[in-house]
Amino acid sequence: MTPTRAGFAWVLVGACAALVVLVACSFAIGPFGISPGAVWRALWSALTGSASGLPENIEAVVLQVRAPRIAAALAVGAALAGAGAAFQGLFKNPLVSPDILGVSAGSALGAGLALLNALPVALVQSAAFAGGLIAVALVLAVARGIGGRDPLLTLVLTGVAVGSLFGAGIALLKLLADPYNELPALTFWLMGSFAGVLPRDLAWSLGPIALGMIALWLLRWRIDVLTLSEDEARSLGVRVPVLRLAAIVAATVATASSVALAGTIGWVGLLVPHAARLFAGAAFARVLPLSLVAGAGFMLAVDTACRAAFPTEVPPGIVTAFAGTPVFVLLLALTFRRAP
Amino acid sequence: MTLEAHGLSIGFGTRVVGTGIDTVLAGGEVTCLLGPNGSGKSTLLRTLLGVQPALGGDIRLDGQRLESWNARDRARRVAYVPQAAATAFDFTVLELVQMGLTPWRGLFAAPGAQARDAALECLDRLGIAPLAARPIQRLSGGERQLAYLARALATRATHLLMDEPTANLDFANQALILDEIARLAAGGACVLFTTHHPDHALRVAHRAMLLRRGTLMGNGPAGDILNSENLSALYGRPVEMAELPSASGRPDRFCIVRESRRFD
Repeated sequence: MTPTRAGFAWVLVGACAALVVLVACSFAIGPFGISPGAVWRALWSALTGSASGLPENIEAVVLQVRAPRIAAALAVGAALAGAGAAFQGLFKNPLVSPDILGVSAGSALGAGLALLNALPVALVQSAAFAGGLIAVALVLAVARGIGGRDPLLTLVLTGVAVGSLFGAGIALLKLLADPYNELPALTFWLMGSFAGVLPRDLAWSLGPIALGMIALWLLRWRIDVLTLSEDEARSLGVRVPVLRLAAIVAATVATASSVALAGTIGWVGLLVPHAARLFAGAAFARVLPLSLVAGAGFMLAVDTACRAAFPTEVPPGIVTAFAGTPVFVLLLALTFRRAP
Repeated sequence: MTLEAHGLSIGFGTRVVGTGIDTVLAGGEVTCLLGPNGSGKSTLLRTLLGVQPALGGDIRLDGQRLESWNARDRARRVAYVPQAAATAFDFTVLELVQMGLTPWRGLFAAPGAQARDAALECLDRLGIAPLAARPIQRLSGGERQLAYLARALATRATHLLMDEPTANLDFANQALILDEIARLAAGGACVLFTTHHPDHALRVAHRAMLLRRGTLMGNGPAGDILNSENLSALYGRPVEMAELPSASGRPDRFCIVRESRRFD
């Protein structure tokens, strides 16, 4: 359903309020329980520079362990959901995920190569970012070379081909990896993780994510036109190839830097925008902000569960897949069982 | 307010679909493009719309070559009304119609109250203002076609190119759309529409273009062109004309395929 203007404003306010509560809970929950008051005092002292009066270890857990991890989960969830919303619009299909053009496979291969060469963490992340961009650039170049009457279909199929090629590369790396050190690191990376995110990694990733999302926000009205047939969009005076490329680049940069930060985490980019549309209607100007908030919240809830609900830390990629499948089926039922 | 083609060749890349097409579409006139399946109707429409390059000859919009118009200025003059197919996303009617304002808005500009009013006014002109908040996927075919027509009106274009606007509509909705087409032309618009029903051309068209295998086998005043001989040749079946007296004094004409053999 498409709510009224005021109705949607309330939806967005409600989602933001839920997100704030979730962040507060996530700070407090964990193997090392901290009271909400102490969390607040620690954050306040970090913001203002005043003394918190808390034991040093509590302050360290809040500020150095949980804060970067929570920020990373929020940023990655928002980036994947926002990019997913954009890709779904661009490909005129509500069941598309942000790695449709091979960005995840490219990033994974880049990270895998760096891991196998025993490069430092910062370089693994750079390699993942570069790998994602290279994969998508390759897809765009090949699709452009092929041309054809249906550029969108060419793009999707090229994405499948290139993604599969990079997937083969990852499989080869797994085979060649040392099974005691490299293989577990690679496997863990492929399933995604927010454990051990450092403020420095975060700073490096937030920029590209923010840039990508701001670009999509600026183009929000034009992206709606891109969901129409290409003839319609062009007859409305839109330069479809240029605009499509701009939106793909924006969404890809954000996805690649989120994969570089936390590995490949599936489902979020597909599910969240799809769910957001149930509450926001179809207009991208509404779907994008709600997806950002809901994606951030979903990712944070998953990661908090990953570190607190299980005796041992579980990769979020596994939880999103386990939780994603039933939620997805539910969404399908909600979407398609309504009278046409 | 004219859209003209001279010696136009249409097609895809090296595959020529039609050649030697000459026509002049003028303001205040409805032109109907008829032709059997695969005759090149849609290709011709897309080429005149400027979304597909011409393979030869030239198209002039208000006297200037179509390619020399930039995309935005062209969109302000020539609007496309697609078949009332389903969209990927379930926009509301108002959201869909506001997209018609795209050629008048900057790249990053958000539609404000003014855009909303302009879109509502277009809906009102077609008598569908009460549908504004409805999702388009839950409209009837006729309502959806009117919504697309309203979007074309929102571009303020004076040339309207419609691809089978009556396809997939029930009997009454076909008449509804045809009457709107007639009304728009009476208001000065230049309308070109394609159809598989010569009766639709007989009902509203001032001019008819008969496209067979990529060439125009007839192009002129609808009353002269739409006759038994031409339509029989166009469709390869014996078509006969009939008349019914009407209140206006000028009889309503329609046509039937007299003897439809299944095999030649």
